[in-house]
Amino acid sequence: MPSEAMEIANRLERCDSGVIANAKGHRSSSAIALREPSRLFWCISDLTVSYGEAIALSSVSIDITQGSVTAIIGPSGCGKSSFLCCLNRLTDFIPGCCVSGRILMGPQDILGNGIDDTQLRRKVGLIFQKPNPFPLSIKRNLELPLREHGLHDQHQIDAIIEDTLRAAGLWKEVKDRLKKPAHQLSGGQQQRLCIARALALKPDALLMDEPCSALDPIAAGAIEELVLSLRERYTIVIVTHNLRQARRLGTDVAFFWMQDGAGTLIESGPASQIFDAPRQDLTKMYLQGVLA
Amino acid sequence: MSSHLALRVTNPGFSLANCILWGAATIAGTLIGLIVFVVLAAAMPALSNVGLERFVTDASWHPTSDQFNLAPLIVGTLLVAAGALALACPISLAAAVFVTFYAPPSIATVYRRLMELFAGVPSVLFGLWGLVVLVPLIAKLSPPGASLLAAILVVTLMVLPTIMLIAATSLSSVPIEHLHGARALGFSRASTIFKVIIPAARSGLAAAAVLGAGRAIGETMAVMMVAGNVVKIPDSIYDPVRTLSANIALEIAYAMDLHRSALFVSALVMIAFVVVVVWALELLTSKAAFQANAD
Amino acid sequence: MQIDLIAVESRRRDPWAAILWVVSLAAISVFFCVLADIVWRGAGQISWSFIVEAPRNAGRAGGIGSIVVSTVLILLVCLATALPLAVGAALFLVEVVSPVHPVSRFVRVSLDTLAAVPSVVFGLFGNAFFCVVLGLGFSILSGGLTLACMILPLLIRTTESSIRSVPQRYRYAAAALGFTKGRTMVRVILPLASPGILVGTLLGLGRAIAETVVLVFTSGYVDRMPSSLLDSGRSLSIHIFDLSMNVPGGEPAAYGTAVMLVCVLLVINGVVLCLAKLWKSRTGLNVATAA
Repeated sequence: MPSEAMEIANRLERCDSGVIANAKGHRSSSAIALREPSRLFWCISDLTVSYGEAIALSSVSIDITQGSVTAIIGPSGCGKSSFLCCLNRLTDFIPGCCVSGRILMGPQDILGNGIDDTQLRRKVGLIFQKPNPFPLSIKRNLELPLREHGLHDQHQIDAIIEDTLRAAGLWKEVKDRLKKPAHQLSGGQQQRLCIARALALKPDALLMDEPCSALDPIAAGAIEELVLSLRERYTIVIVTHNLRQARRLGTDVAFFWMQDGAGTLIESGPASQIFDAPRQDLTKMYLQGVLA
Repeated sequence: MSSHLALRVTNPGFSLANCILWGAATIAGTLIGLIVFVVLAAAMPALSNVGLERFVTDASWHPTSDQFNLAPLIVGTLLVAAGALALACPISLAAAVFVTFYAPPSIATVYRRLMELFAGVPSVLFGLWGLVVLVPLIAKLSPPGASLLAAILVVTLMVLPTIMLIAATSLSSVPIEHLHGARALGFSRASTIFKVIIPAARSGLAAAAVLGAGRAIGETMAVMMVAGNVVKIPDSIYDPVRTLSANIALEIAYAMDLHRSALFVSALVMIAFVVVVVWALELLTSKAAFQANAD
Repeated sequence: MQIDLIAVESRRRDPWAAILWVVSLAAISVFFCVLADIVWRGAGQISWSFIVEAPRNAGRAGGIGSIVVSTVLILLVCLATALPLAVGAALFLVEVVSPVHPVSRFVRVSLDTLAAVPSVVFGLFGNAFFCVVLGLGFSILSGGLTLACMILPLLIRTTESSIRSVPQRYRYAAAALGFTKGRTMVRVILPLASPGILVGTLLGLGRAIAETVVLVFTSGYVDRMPSSLLDSGRSLSIHIFDLSMNVPGGEPAAYGTAVMLVCVLLVINGVVLCLAKLWKSRTGLNVATAA
């Protein structure tokens, strides 16, 4: 189908050259706002996720700019976590999960054949809702992924460990007990450790699935500060139920909703636009309903 | 989950049931004490007349000529058990990893069921097979065939299913978040299993090995049928060997007085081994409950 | 539980996959070989007359009739002793005291230790206590009683978990209807727990049949048809042992008996599987299979 091919060619061009031309082809309900020229990190088209017969995510198309923080909002069950898991292909390990569509990261479609998924997951880190440090010492938690990906020089490893713990704001708290079990840390500390662990691999992007929902407000605040400090350097996609958090952290917002029994992307765009002047009625109602 | 109904009111029906149940529990709880007592009582004559020292310093085990050295028998038991564990543990671990992570679900279920079946096969059958098939095979390599090697191989077969099943349960009990966490960090399947899952399950895996050790030490019939039963510390794996348990089974029929009592002393040694095993198990399972260990 | 890591992995060369497949399949095929060898050598011996006739010529000829009877009697004695005790102790542990009560912990630790005792030691105990002290001599009774001691921990464990799995609401319903505790246990809890108890009993049975050493020490070697419980009698496994080790030319009969034993075990295993499946589909609960 020529129009579709043209559409894809246009998007490829955008992704590659990093300049947004006028949007050709039409996304049914998402608005791609014109903004300053910037590189796109992900060009996602027609992403559909199903578990057996049930469709969790239906035909999502969205572009994610490099260095942005995209907050994914919406009620439970509309495919937000599934969306996240597609971006680093963790869906490969979910039984019965079927993913179709195209996710362009740079010039490559990560859903295609021949993709080295190990390298992909190094470049795109994932932080889970419930902190899951390995049942090992703090140092080992950080050391293991580094060694796994080929780094064996102990000095370099120690240096990276210190850097990432500093970046995660944990260094002062744990520098004297690196050999202690990670499980002895508090929930907030464990989550920061998990973030440090992902950062140690020097990823290009971070996916965060409701990273603060299992934490108390103070710990959550610390994580939010951390995310703010990572802006620009990493492309971040964060799923959150907390609209205040989305507003505070996000440069862009994507709103998901259940339609016809499947999760759908209703609207996406810069945070200011979505919060102040949402285009879709559904978005308006959701933001008002929850805020009110 | 105990069902304490608020019915502490005494009534005749209740106290009868109560008595019966307390009685049953008392019997169940004191049985081990009774066993130890009986064995100890029967061992006393030998312990007092022969003296503990002679059980390790005499020339050899030859009760009819007043020789009571248990050392060759103890060494025999330990060699067989150690050899069997050395073979069984790696293979069991491999099979457990296979069943939990590599086999398609249908094959995994079938494999497990088969192992459960083989875990229940009586030792006589393994002994029979060992006697008729294995011993002649080994004899071709180096006569007489009935040897330490044969005993080790047969006991390996006996403990393998048990260790494998417990190991598989431990591996599949590791919380899935560790798996996903490792995968999300770009670990390959092999790395996830060997660097994250197995270390996380190490207490359970150790417990499996310890249970296997207990079984290997206690094994009698199969060993009796293939080990050659010569009382001597073996010089090579082709030499015959006699274990504590086989010794008891062979001699009890004609043992008199002091000899019989000495056999009960060797039973005490076996009980001592078992106590060590049970304590090790307790230690390991409470460690598992504690979860995290620093490296 | 099968953890799903298979997914797309087949695309990548995982060097461990090949090794693990080979080792695992090799391991299980050894077991198959052992069983196949037994069946192949012994199947020819099986016939109705083999099962029913008495052994002649020290077992080289004739059948295993008296041995089957002795085995059945020993197992009956064993179960008749062990089952009531197990049910009683299990009811005690679940219904009468809480799990943290010192008596409860004492009983548990005792049973765990009991479970670890090697069969030789049980044999010696049985010999010293039942045969000598109680004066029963080498008899089916001694053998059955000693076996009961052996399988008690297993029976208690499975019975206890079956009783625990009976939902609380039944106990409350009984209490609300004014049932005494004893009545509740007999009329309500035991019937509900009975499938699980049945499975546990079969598992214990399987374990008891496999036991040889204990019976060597307590019920003896006699291969005649027993006329009472105080008579000595040999079990199937002892017969196999005797024929293969002590009787020259006894091998064919040993194999025949071995095939019988394997069949019995297969039947028990099969029934346990079916019952466990039935139990699970009815109540959604798993039967505890003690490792």
